[in-house]
This record gives sequence, C-alpha cells and structure tokens, in this order.
Amino acid sequence: MFANFDFDVIRRSLSYLFLDGMTFTLTLTGLATVGALVFGTLLALMRLSGSKPLVWFAGIYVDLMRSLPLVLVIFWFYFLVPYIGQWLTGSSRPMRVGAFTSSLVTFIIFEAAYFSEIMRAGIQSISKGQPAAAQALGLTYSQTMRYVVLPQAFRNMLPVLLTQTIVLFQDTSLVYVLSIPDFLGAASKVAQRDGRLVEMYLFAAVVYFAISCIASFGVRRLQARIAFVH
Amino acid sequence: MIEISHVDKWYGTGFQALKDCTTSVAKGEVVVVCGPSGSGKSTLIKCVNALEPFQSGEIVLDGIKVNDPKTDLPKLRARVGMVFQHFELFPHLKIIENLCLAQEKVLGRSHEDAMAKGAKLLDRVGLKDHARKFPAELSGGQQQRVAIARALAMDPIAMLFDEPTSALDPEMISEVLDVMVDLAREGMTMMVVTHEMGFASKVANRVIFMDQGEIVEDAPKTDFFGSPRSDRAQKFLSKILSH
Repeated sequence: MFANFDFDVIRRSLSYLFLDGMTFTLTLTGLATVGALVFGTLLALMRLSGSKPLVWFAGIYVDLMRSLPLVLVIFWFYFLVPYIGQWLTGSSRPMRVGAFTSSLVTFIIFEAAYFSEIMRAGIQSISKGQPAAAQALGLTYSQTMRYVVLPQAFRNMLPVLLTQTIVLFQDTSLVYVLSIPDFLGAASKVAQRDGRLVEMYLFAAVVYFAISCIASFGVRRLQARIAFVH
Repeated sequence: MIEISHVDKWYGTGFQALKDCTTSVAKGEVVVVCGPSGSGKSTLIKCVNALEPFQSGEIVLDGIKVNDPKTDLPKLRARVGMVFQHFELFPHLKIIENLCLAQEKVLGRSHEDAMAKGAKLLDRVGLKDHARKFPAELSGGQQQRVAIARALAMDPIAMLFDEPTSALDPEMISEVLDVMVDLAREGMTMMVVTHEMGFASKVANRVIFMDQGEIVEDAPKTDFFGSPRSDRAQKFLSKILSH
C-alpha cells in the first residue's frame, strides 16, 4: 500500500524540519516553561497570600485562562498585542510584534495558570511548621518563601511540572495558526509544497510521539528517585 | 526578659485558647510550662515570638512590645531561639546549611563566619561529623540537637522550647535533655513546654501549670512538686508521676 508514497521527501527536508522547525519548537517550549513557571509561582503566592484583592485577581485569572481554548488565546493575542503595545507606549501606530514574541507571551500567560495550580499544590504540601521555623529564625516572608518553602515545593512538584512541560511541548504546535514554521508548521509546508501530506504528517506524529514518550519515561524515573529520597 | 500580661486568645470567634494569662520569665531563669494536652501551653509559648497572634493583653520581650503593629517582628524573632516538637529542620539543606541560612540572610554574617559558628555549635551538641549530611539521614534525637544548635547560632537572648522531646523515641530523649540542661546551667533564659518532670526538677526555677487556657499554678519548683495548691495540678502530677 506504500507504493505510491515517497518517504524520501523526509530525508530531503530533514535539515529544514529539525534545524529550523524543531529548534523553534524547543526554544519556544523552553522559554515559555521558564516564564510560565515564574509567573505561575507569583500567581500561586498571590492566591495563598490571604490578601483579598490578590486572591481574587489570581483566582479569576487562573479560572479565565483555564476556561479558554488555547488556539483562541493565541489568535486573540496575536492581533491584540500590537494595540496594547501602542496603548502602553503611547505611540501613534500599533506596535510591531513578531510572531515569535507574540506566541511566547501567549504561552507564558496561558500556561502560567496551569503552573500556578501545580505550585499552589506544592506550597500547600509543605507542613506549616517549615515556614514557622523559618520565621522563628527571623526570616522575612519573602526570605521564607525563597529559601525554605519554594525550593521544597518545586522539588516535590518537579515530576508534575515536567509532565506539564511535555503537554506544553505538544501545545506549541498550535502556533501553526500564525503560520509560524515550528516543527509541525515546517512539516506542513513541505507537505503542501511537495504534495506529500500523508508522509509528512505521519513523520511529524512519530517525532512528537517519540520525544514525548522518552520525556515521560525520564519523568517516571525521576519520580521514582525523588520518592526514594523522601 | 519576657513579660506576659493578661493575654487572651480566641480561635475564630468561639474557642478561647488562652484566658487572661499573666506570667514572666526573668533573665537567666528557666521556666517549665506543663499541663494536659489542649491546655494552651504551646499556644502561649508561640505567642511570645508572635508566631501566634493574640487578641488582647500584651507581651513584652526585652523591652519590646510583641503585639505592637510597629514592631519589626523578623528582627525581634531573630533574637529569640525556638525549638519545635517536630524539629522542623529544612530537609532540602545540609545540616551545616541549616545552621548558616539565617546567620547569613538575617544577621548578615559572612559565609566563613557563619560556617565557623555553625561548626562550633555542631561540635557542642556532639554532631560535628554530620555537617555534610541531610536531616533525613539523622535520628530524631540528632535532628533535635541540630535544631537547638541552629537556634543558638543566632546568639539568642532567650530560648523557647515547644515540647522538644515529645516526638522522640524514649532512648533519644536524654541526649536532647542533656543539651538543654547544659544550656540552663550556663545561664540561658529558657521557657520550656514539656512533660519531662525530671528535667523540671533538675534545672527549672519555676513551674507553670496550665489547664483549659488558664495559668492555674505558677510556683517555684520546690513548691510545685512539694505541695501544689490546685486540685487540677495535683491530679495532673499524680497521673504523670505515677509510673
């Protein structure tokens, strides 16, 4: 049945697919994870702060982001960010924002909602005696968080955070709606140019599957190691 | 050194955890607080360094009012050591790092000074060979001695102990009590919540007995063990000394 297929198209486009496409995908995944983790941790701290306005803000933010489809947010942001930039800088015309910046910002603000819930669970998993002991030594609230609570929360939640990162890695393929040549976008371009849709999409699926599978396996091993230390 | 006057504390609106508690701990004095569980003794000692807020009354620590909103609480807490029932060492830090963290971040000591001080105190509690281990690698008794050393590293003017031996296996209690007895004999001001009446009779100056949030008895050690005035204290003593 493969008689009519030309799998050589994959070999011919390998360097474009990986050097351009996969590099973009991995860069976006990496930067978005770091950004979303930082922003998400701030949201989690707000939500646990006990200050009503902060709790409200973080709560509404998280619920809002988690009830919107990601594609919608990507689209919406791409068209809106130039105007927000214009408004913020007070310039006379919409700010020029590249597709990469726009998608990075989108993934950070969207994924932060998910990372914040993970970090919140992580912070709540630390016994109350830990911050009490830190405060009894004279550490301020922010020092207590920075040196005592967050490192432990992060460590306890590392497997879950990494699993979420794998989801994020797959989600980055949605930037195809902005015609950005990420891995899937690059595969799609080659597929349409050479009329080899089945071959290219099959190959893309195999690559996503292989990377996600290997990463999940790594996370499981890490989980076992962390469980052992405790 | 520690002046507690007319302190009331409610949890929520219903349960009153402390009722009009008044007592004091003078410089160099060792005061043991005992009483049945739920009597408010842990709550009282946590009010002293404002880990627990209270609604009325006042606590003055070395001339500084604890429940004054203007008081710099981290600065005040750094001057009083506290030891917890469940040790509360920081599990992600090595033993020596547990001792250095607050010295560096709160007192602003250099890493070298903090390390030297930490090593000296570990030696003092008999654990200098364990500096590079993590807390989970130590026994309960060893962890509690590290916790005492961690508090002492801040050069505290007084030490608060919240049931320091209640979570320990019996064979580890004495190694912790020995450290505490040494401290008391060196003249450290101490407020100790404990059921260890042997420790109380050895080094305490005064014993406070609490029940249902009230200070029922506050007497010099010899009076307390000789002839407690209240029925409740007598009953409590007969129960814990009968074995």
